[in-house]
Amino acid sequence: MLSEEKHVLSILVDNQPGVLSRIAGLFSGRGYNIESLCVAETVDDNVSRLTIVTQGNQPVVEQVKKQLNKLINVIKVHELTGSRYVHRELALIKMSAKPDSRAEILRIVDIFRGKIVDVGPEHYTIEVTGDEGKLEALLTLLKPIGIKEIARTGAIALFREPK
Amino acid sequence: MKLTGAQILMKALKQEGVNTIFGYPGGAVIDIYDELVKTDIRHILVRHEQGAVHAADGYARASGGVGVCLVTSGPGATNTVTGIASAYMDSIPLVIITGQVPSHLIGNDAFQEVDIVGITRPCTKHNYLVQKVDELAQIIQEAFFIARSGRPGPVLVDLPKDVINAVTVYHPPKKAKMRSYNPTYNPNMKQLHKVIELVRMARRPMIFAGGGVILSKAHKELTAFARRAQIPVTTSLMGLGAFPATDPLWLGMIGMHGTYRSNKCTAGCDLLIAIGVRFDDRVTGKTDAFAPQAQIVHIDIDPTSIRKNIPVSIPVVGDCRITLGHINKLLEKEDLGNLSEKRSGWFAQIAGWKAKTQLAYEQGTDIIKPQFVIEKLYQMTDGEAIITTEVGQNQMWAAQYYHFNDPGHFITSGGLGVMGFGLPAAIGAQVACPDKVVVDVAGDGSIQMNIQEMATAVQFGLPVKVVILNNGYLGMVRQWQELFYEKCYACTCMEHAPDFVKLAEAFGAVGLRATRPEAVEDVLAEGLSAKKPVIMDFVVEKEEGVYPMVPAGKPITEMLLV
Repeated sequence: MLSEEKHVLSILVDNQPGVLSRIAGLFSGRGYNIESLCVAETVDDNVSRLTIVTQGNQPVVEQVKKQLNKLINVIKVHELTGSRYVHRELALIKMSAKPDSRAEILRIVDIFRGKIVDVGPEHYTIEVTGDEGKLEALLTLLKPIGIKEIARTGAIALFREPK
Repeated sequence: MKLTGAQILMKALKQEGVNTIFGYPGGAVIDIYDELVKTDIRHILVRHEQGAVHAADGYARASGGVGVCLVTSGPGATNTVTGIASAYMDSIPLVIITGQVPSHLIGNDAFQEVDIVGITRPCTKHNYLVQKVDELAQIIQEAFFIARSGRPGPVLVDLPKDVINAVTVYHPPKKAKMRSYNPTYNPNMKQLHKVIELVRMARRPMIFAGGGVILSKAHKELTAFARRAQIPVTTSLMGLGAFPATDPLWLGMIGMHGTYRSNKCTAGCDLLIAIGVRFDDRVTGKTDAFAPQAQIVHIDIDPTSIRKNIPVSIPVVGDCRITLGHINKLLEKEDLGNLSEKRSGWFAQIAGWKAKTQLAYEQGTDIIKPQFVIEKLYQMTDGEAIITTEVGQNQMWAAQYYHFNDPGHFITSGGLGVMGFGLPAAIGAQVACPDKVVVDVAGDGSIQMNIQEMATAVQFGLPVKVVILNNGYLGMVRQWQELFYEKCYACTCMEHAPDFVKLAEAFGAVGLRATRPEAVEDVLAEGLSAKKPVIMDFVVEKEEGVYPMVPAGKPITEMLLV
């Protein structure tokens, strides 16, 4: 068995209606896996960048990349591997914040360099960015205190420039 | 110059060299039809939109060009889906133009509205919803460019009624060039040098060619390569005609119903050169056991075909014709040594396999064997007819017993396996080649799926011949039930069928029937010489099977022979 690993694909596409559906349809139709997907315009407003995190063994990921390249609206597919890229994810976490836990939450958020972006008598909403490991670590600490809701963006990533 | 969308569409179609459209009018495209009749484009009015797409498919394959369909919105569009999916699987260049409800009604569940762009996204090479009349000329040009370039395929263009009627200043489109679409035609020469080295070293090589050779018109280059390097050739179902079946290097078709020697060769070969194929499961059988001793070279224009199903030693991405051209050039300078000596063991082994098991059947005196009909058909047309098929036993017998020497003469729904494909495809082929004999080899089951197109053939004076191998069963499924389901013939017996002779006459065609072997030749002679569409009903052996047969999922060398 070949190992199933996570792969980050950064895909430049024509910024047109229906393109996202073509890509999502390709993944579902061929039984590939999407762990997260992020899409927004680039500097050139005719082009969007999709960042997809997928899981699969090497031959499957090779096939995913080829199939993506085959789509008419896909301009370029990069696989971001190793340490030569930066990737980040943003999470908004709404905490139930009773008087006895408010200080603890603030301490944890501070350690993870997060921000409180909304506050009320019974809740905090935290904004935090980082790679997947950092967000998972934060969530592990916050869970026992009481998470009400979470929204995560999924990973976005770019190559590092050579030094 | 101010033009309507419909007028721009006609201009764009003319620019692409379109002279025939297969279609069916309706409310959403009525304005296009109003312009169409003012041009010299020939319109073939089919009886069902599925027929239009299969006819365009047959037309494209017989002519080597792009097939064009025009249908209305809603059901007109959804009826095309099977045909589009078939063309997509077989890489046939088509442009399908569908009408759509006016833009302001899209998404409102309007009358005859359907999201055909959404529906066909996974079974087209690309598709478009035209939103502005100013984009129309450019989109039509792109659609044809995409359909015919690279690995060809169907492209659908959805035209809302308001776009068709909108008036704009016409600007001729710019030459289609897309930054996101650049098929690789020219192969990497380094890879080709490795191929030459393998060819030089190989003692037991074979070539496995497919539909890609026909699509890229590489049959001459393929034949030259095989003869120069003295390599025996098999093809997939889609590749029949890419290499002359009368050549001594011909092995016969490969796969589930391939010849014994072809399938055996895959196990024995030390080099397999695959050209324009995609290693379908009907070809490979169990993939782990496919060509276990061979180095595999895979030449294809579509990178996704390479290493999708079978591991490959040397991948070559490129157009088959260009690539084989380079290979032949390199071989000119190459000293391959005494090939007949080097290959003598291999050729002796192949001759041994051939002697052991040939395609065969026994024609008795009472009941017609289906294979006999095809063999007679082959003889009486001098092997020069264009053969289309339905799907199932009729398709396999046609592939086995009609021998193809030229591309574009065997037209079948290979990938999707569409019953009801053959008759409309024959109509399309006959439109493309009016002087050719075009024969649809059919079963009594599949012919009933698009029999309505007989009316099209009669209306347009297209003298297609339908040969029905009538066994009263859905024969291929019955054969599986016989072999793998303890003869439980669940729902495969067609207990009632129309009288095909009377049916032909009702359509205004000629109907003929043979029930005994001695009548086969006479019926074929009369049918083939008629200047009208003909249905020839051959009442054949009910439980004849197609052999050899490799059970699904088994290694390709494990063949049932009788």
